[in-house]
Amino acid sequence: MEISIIAENIGGSLNPVTAQIVSVAKILDGEVTVVCPGGFGVEEAAKISGVSKVVSVEGDCFANFDGMAWSQAINSAVTGEILLSSSSNFGREIMAIIAAMRDIPIIQDITDLSADMAITRPILSGKAIEKLEIGGSCCLTIRANVFAAAGNDGDADIKTINHTSNVGISVKEAIAKADEKLDVSEAEIIISGGRGMGDPDNFSYLYEISEIIGAAVGASRAAVDTWEQIPHSMQVGQTGKTVTPKLYIAVGISGAIQHLAGMRTSKYIVAINKDPEAPIFGVADYGIVSSWEDALPLLKTELEKLVLD
Amino acid sequence: MSIAVLLKQVPDTTSKISFSGSAVDLSAVTKWSISPYDEYALESALKLKSEGLGDIIAITCGPSRSSKILTDAAAVGADSLVHILVEDLIHDSRNIQKLLSSALNRLNCQIILCGKQAADTNSGSTGPGIASLMEITCVSMVSEIKIDGDDLIAMRNGPNGQEEIQASKPCLFTFDKGTEELRRPNVRGIMMAKKKSIETLTPSDLSVELLNSSVKFDSQISPPEKPPGQKFQGADSVASVVQKLREEANVI
Repeated sequence: MEISIIAENIGGSLNPVTAQIVSVAKILDGEVTVVCPGGFGVEEAAKISGVSKVVSVEGDCFANFDGMAWSQAINSAVTGEILLSSSSNFGREIMAIIAAMRDIPIIQDITDLSADMAITRPILSGKAIEKLEIGGSCCLTIRANVFAAAGNDGDADIKTINHTSNVGISVKEAIAKADEKLDVSEAEIIISGGRGMGDPDNFSYLYEISEIIGAAVGASRAAVDTWEQIPHSMQVGQTGKTVTPKLYIAVGISGAIQHLAGMRTSKYIVAINKDPEAPIFGVADYGIVSSWEDALPLLKTELEKLVLD
Repeated sequence: MSIAVLLKQVPDTTSKISFSGSAVDLSAVTKWSISPYDEYALESALKLKSEGLGDIIAITCGPSRSSKILTDAAAVGADSLVHILVEDLIHDSRNIQKLLSSALNRLNCQIILCGKQAADTNSGSTGPGIASLMEITCVSMVSEIKIDGDDLIAMRNGPNGQEEIQASKPCLFTFDKGTEELRRPNVRGIMMAKKKSIETLTPSDLSVELLNSSVKFDSQISPPEKPPGQKFQGADSVASVVQKLREEANVI
């Protein structure tokens, strides 16, 4: 059985999540082809262990992101029976369009899957877990950071296909470049602030700590709604992003049900809050009852010590 | 010309979820609402209407209880209401996509707005899937739409950052969190909405035969409870928590 993985890039390089998707293809025991839209990340994809072929799809339509045009071009290069991608906004859109083109089912944001295609995925932003079974040709998108990445001792053949399609949109103006900062949905460690941070400028403390441990900075809905400076792209929770990092540090977040839904499946949760009754402590592995003003400078010092060790 | 807005009724994000047998107990849901991202799509449609682009057709696909969200949409200004009635839960998005695109083709809608994903399934397949079936342009992750002559300009948060995207009709837009404050209905709006008729369509009205899908439902379960954590008093505990993160949890 052939499995086609739609690769994703960040700033022209292969997104590391692609190596995680290769691990999923191995669970299904398939022969793995990685399709690189626009030719981005081709060399890196060829090095992932277990990849037998890399297809670079190139064409004028890849100049700007147009979901329909990209999907048509990508679809022409896909030969697999099962299609996999990450469940990023990009992956979800491309896969939904291709699934409809091929008239095959799609299941999004998978967190577990077995060799016989028993699938687990969170629904209601993590308030429930759904189990499904699927057979035959299908499109599946996979949650980042759930599966370990495949190694990088591969040496796959690279094939280039030229295929462009009609573009339906044009970019009138680029307003802001994509954030070079790590996105919360892909980070292994997240440090999030809530309204308890008092002022959006105080998020600088979170950024300082994030740099020490390579974390992404997130926020609660209350913080995003209160302060213009905190963009919605940082929001963790039911109307923001659902995340599953190794470590989630919640600072000044009381823990509204919608926020808990978005982060409760994190492997380890640390909560820092001055209110001992805050609901966030109910899901925390390690709770620290303290104001952030007292705790964060110490946290920074301790983490610096660890990193220097 | 009409602007179509696709709305889904979901358990309100504040409602507690309970389980009965091997599935979420939907009868125990105390409050049902329009899915949050769909609300931003509706708000944007109301703005486009106020700028003279056309009237609004609100469309939902779901069981009989979901007609309430159409009345809610009418209360803030939706002009006509279409309910595609399917009583059973559908686990294969293709069925929903086929029903909605058949209705949209019949209504000859050139501009289609919907949320980027529903707050219950969290999938995000429906909008792009409909655009694919209708073979029209799809602009996703939009926060705002403006009229520019015959075209539309959307603010999009795409893979390359925030961009202003020009698109010509027909086009489908999926909404991220919008920039507009959501309006609330006034009493007059609510009274008028109650009198508004809802066109109900069945899959056979739309000549759509529901698939016997290869997606089989197994169960829905409560997420595993975490064992109670350790709680420490005061900032002095930070050092020992960091130690535990390294030694017990092994995460840094």
